[in-house]
This record gives sequence, C-alpha cells and structure tokens, in this order.
Amino acid sequence: MAAQPHDLLAAIGGVPVPPGDVVVEATDVHKWFGRLHVLKGVSMTIKRQEVVVVIGASGSGKTTFIRCVNHLEKIQQGRIFVNGHLIGYRETGGRLVEDRESNIARQRQEIGMVFQRFNLFPHMTALENIIEAPIRVRKIPQDQAIETGKALLARVGLAAKAETYPAQLSGGQQQRVAIARALAMKPILMLFDEPTSALDPEMIGEVLEVMKELAREGMTMIVVTHEMGFAREVADRVLMMDDGLIIEEGTPEHFFQNPTHERTKAFLSKIL
Amino acid sequence: MASPLRPSLSDRLRPAVVPAGAAIVAVVLAGCGSNAAGGGPHLNWNYFFDSVFHPDGQIRFGLWLTVSIAITSQLIGVILGTFAALGKMAKFRPFRIMANIYIWFFRGTPLVVQIVFFYFGLSVARIYGWPEINILGFGIDGAIQAGIFALGVNEGAYFAEIVRAGILSIDPGQMEAAKSLGMTYAQSMRRIVLPQAARVIVPPLGNEFNNMLKTTSLLVLISVPELYTVFNRKQGNYFAPFEFYLAAAVWFLLLTTIWSFIQAWIERRLAKGTAGSATSGPGWRDRLFGRGQNPAEEVGLVSGGR
Ligand SMILES: Nc1ncnc2c1ncn2[C@@H]1O[C@H](COP(=O)(O)OP(=O)(O)O)[C@@H](O)[C@H]1O
Ligand SMILES: [Mg+2]
Repeated sequence: MAAQPHDLLAAIGGVPVPPGDVVVEATDVHKWFGRLHVLKGVSMTIKRQEVVVVIGASGSGKTTFIRCVNHLEKIQQGRIFVNGHLIGYRETGGRLVEDRESNIARQRQEIGMVFQRFNLFPHMTALENIIEAPIRVRKIPQDQAIETGKALLARVGLAAKAETYPAQLSGGQQQRVAIARALAMKPILMLFDEPTSALDPEMIGEVLEVMKELAREGMTMIVVTHEMGFAREVADRVLMMDDGLIIEEGTPEHFFQNPTHERTKAFLSKIL
Repeated sequence: MASPLRPSLSDRLRPAVVPAGAAIVAVVLAGCGSNAAGGGPHLNWNYFFDSVFHPDGQIRFGLWLTVSIAITSQLIGVILGTFAALGKMAKFRPFRIMANIYIWFFRGTPLVVQIVFFYFGLSVARIYGWPEINILGFGIDGAIQAGIFALGVNEGAYFAEIVRAGILSIDPGQMEAAKSLGMTYAQSMRRIVLPQAARVIVPPLGNEFNNMLKTTSLLVLISVPELYTVFNRKQGNYFAPFEFYLAAAVWFLLLTTIWSFIQAWIERRLAKGTAGSATSGPGWRDRLFGRGQNPAEEVGLVSGGR
C-alpha cells in the first residue's frame, strides 16, 4: 500500500471531540428540486465516533442528503442538527428562516466534506489547498498552519507533494489531499460523497486506507459509498436509501447476511 | 466566430488586415506613381515621413495621451466590469437591478453620445464642470478626465459580460468546496473563483485593450489632444488628409501591433503558470492576421487555462 498513515488526527492535535453524545440529528427531512420530491422524510441519528455508510441506487438522494447536512442544499421541511445546532436555519415564532451567511459559514467550519470529484483548488499547491481555510477562516498564524498542513500531508503519504499542483497529482493523491484539506479545519464530523467512485481501480485502496485510519481513530463520519469491504471493516451501521427514503438500516453483517427489503437485495446483488 | 464572449467588429475584421495592408501599399505606390507623372493631385510625402520618422512634440504627446488614456480607461473598465458582473449574479435583488441598468444604459447608447454628454452636457448643465485636477504635479485637463470617465464606464458595461462568462466557466464545485470549508461567498469569490476566472478573462481582456487603443480617437469630439486629434488638426492646417491620416493609421497600427506582442507574451507566461495545462493562446501572428479557422480552438482559449 502506498499510504500507511498513522495518527492522522494527531496531526491536528487529536480527535476533535464533539460536546454531546449525538453529532447528527436529522428528522423528517424533505427536499424538492422544483417539483421533484427528492428527499421524502429522511431521519437519522449519528452518535459521536460513529461511522455510518449510506448505500443506495443512483438517484436515490444520497448526495442530496449529505449536502443538506452542511447546507449546500436548502431543505423545505424537517430539521438537521449538527452538534446541537440547527443547520442553515433559525427558528422565529415557530417558522424556519434561512440563517445569516456568517452563521452558516461558521457551522460549516465544523463539518468536513470530501467530494466525488475532489474539487481541489487548481491554482494552489497541495499545501496551499490545505492551509487556505485555516488561515483565512480560522485565522490561524501562517507558520502554524503550514506546520499542521505538512504534518497532515505526511500522514496521508504525500509529504513530498506539498509544492505540487493538483493537475500533476493522480486522482488518488488528489483525493488524499482533499481529505487532508478537510481535516485541517479540525472538523467534528466528516462527510464523504462517493470519494472513490471517480478513481481508477488501482487508486481506490490508498484512499480507503486513509478513511479507515480516520474511522479507527474515532472520527465521526457519514460515508456514501458502494465499497462494501470498507463498510464491513469500519462501519458501525449501514443505511440503505431508496427513492428519497431510508428503507433499511443495520450492521454491515446484517446487509451481508440477511437483508430484508427486496430493493436492498436487488441492489446488493448488483454491487457485490 | 471570434470571441464567444463578445465578438467585436475588429475581431471579425481581423482576417482583413492582410488585404488591407496590401491595399495601403498599393495606394502609396499609386500615389508615388501619379506624383512622378506630374499629373494627378499633389501629395507631399514629407508630411507623412516626418510624422512617422520624426514625430514632433504634438505627435509624441498625442501618443503618450492615447496610451495613458487607454490604460486608465481599461483599468476603470475592468474594475467596474467586475463589480457589475458580481452585481448581476448577486442574490440581493437591488444589486442585480443596479448592475442591469448600468449595463443596459451604456451598451444601449452610442459611446459618442456618452462622451459628449458627460463632457459638454454635465458642464453646461452645471452638474459637474470637470475642473482641472492635479495628480503628482501633473495638471490633468477636464476634457481628459471626462474622456477617461466615458471610455472607462462604457468599457465596464461590456467587460461585465466577459467577467461573468469567466466566472460561469469555473466549475461550481470550486465554490462549494470553498464554502464547505467555512469560507463566505465573498471569501470564496476572492480567493478561489476570481483568480481562476482571471486566467480565462485575460485573452478577451487583451482584445478589449486593442479596441480601447483605437477607440480613444473618439475623444477628438471633446478636443482631447490624443493621437488622432493631433493628426486631424494637422491635416486641416496643411490640407493634406491623405498624408496625415495615413500617418495616423501607421501610428495606431504600431501601437496595436506592439500590444499584440505583449499580449502573446502575457498569455504564454500565464499558460506556463497554469499547472498541467499546455493550452497557450494564439501567437502574435494569429493575433495580427486573425486566428485559425477552427472555432473549437477559440472556444478552447476561453474555457481552457484551468
Ligand atoms: N441540482 C439539482 N437540480 C435538480 N435535480 C437534482 C439536482 N441534484 C439532484 N437532482 C435530482 O435529485 C435526485 C437525487 O439525486 P442525488 O442526490 O444526486 O442521488 P444519488 O447521490 O443517490 O445518486 C435525482 O433524481 C437527481 O436527478
Ligand atoms: Mg451521488
């Protein structure tokens, strides 16, 4: 394995511990794109240091849901709390109004996100990608941010690539930089949206390895992925989404041994 | 066919430069011929050669004015255009309305009208008299200020579209990644999106400046002694329109030609700075004589560099 990361979270000063037991609390989340009803009442509770894998057919609403968790998408009904804070909205007189931009930005600082297509900033080196937000948003002194950034790069196996631009990195390397970039903000929750599905098969392992390490060290994570090997190794729970709803939930073993829902069986038979 | 952002007249006419050059040579030769024959109209070629090879103080000052007015106006245009583009894309409706009115007005009225309105109109109506101002010891005439103002504000209205297209060409995933890290819209724009859009904007910006160098000649209307105004006066004084206008054309051609070399150099450097991207802009030959016939090449120029 190219990357043998150790103590990923030590690089950012240990596991950022959320104050409460519950990190994510979503209740009855509905989302429409115009007239298209995409989320039809999604509820879930994610505890501290839990790793939850979300599976489901393409178009079932997995991406939309995790984008709602950091308010990249608005929701039309329901509530999402992260760390006890209502995400994206404030309640006035029983009604929800969208929160101020600065508050939303502050909430997002606590939530790391890793995208399917990496979305590294192409005009910045790997290290610059990582230190940008800590310096601009968290106002961390530059030398300290650089030190942390280099430590993170080393832990994801890319110490030598600090000055390299994303275009000169492989997909797997880019995604590892993207994970380091998200971790540099010391998030209490990490969201992954199919982080390996845009990668060539030979690079999937190196990214999953970093994610497994992160899970073992106690990061709270929601991971949309069809890598059932990953789920079996580190997931506490698996959620199956179908047509905007969570239709089945259980341990990875449950999904391997006796999935109950017909749709789940059909889906798993395709990906396993 | 030319820039997908704003196909300007000069872009479309660029392939015509070669035949036009040939035509100028033909005219010159014909002029010499008719002179030698002693028949036809009398042309005093000294007017032309002196203007080109031994430019007097007026011409040199005119050159300086043309270049400095063009640079200043373009700068104003870039700044206003950027704000207008951001305004057009703002969530806050009054900003959108303001930007749209600005663009609508300045693109919908002739530049000539704008120039004379701002200079004569405002001063006669006693709204603003364009008094001379002093910057670093240089007194700057009111007409020059009005001219720069009109050219810059007009340019901004056009440049807004270029900036907007540049911003829209950047993957929305960039803004989302920035936001997911806790950056505000303004931070994401300034640090992530605009620097990337800038690379896309440079080639059309170069074309805009080429136009600007020539458009300064409209300031003859308010008697700014820039290059064209100087030659316009000279041709009247000596009644030698052929010689002096031809000399004016040569000077403008020199300015735009020098600029096209600079532009090619800037774009080459930019292409180098862009990691992984080997797309460089067209060389100076394409710039002078028009680009290749392959439209994909030109689209690539705008969406590339990323
Ligand atoms: N920005 C959007 N506008 C309109 N429809 C969208 C948008 N994003 C997603 N959708 C639709 O929402 C549904 C769920 O999409 P998505 O959350 O991406 O599913 P998944 O990630 O499970 O494949 C799909 O039908 C998709 O076409
Ligand atoms: Mg998806």
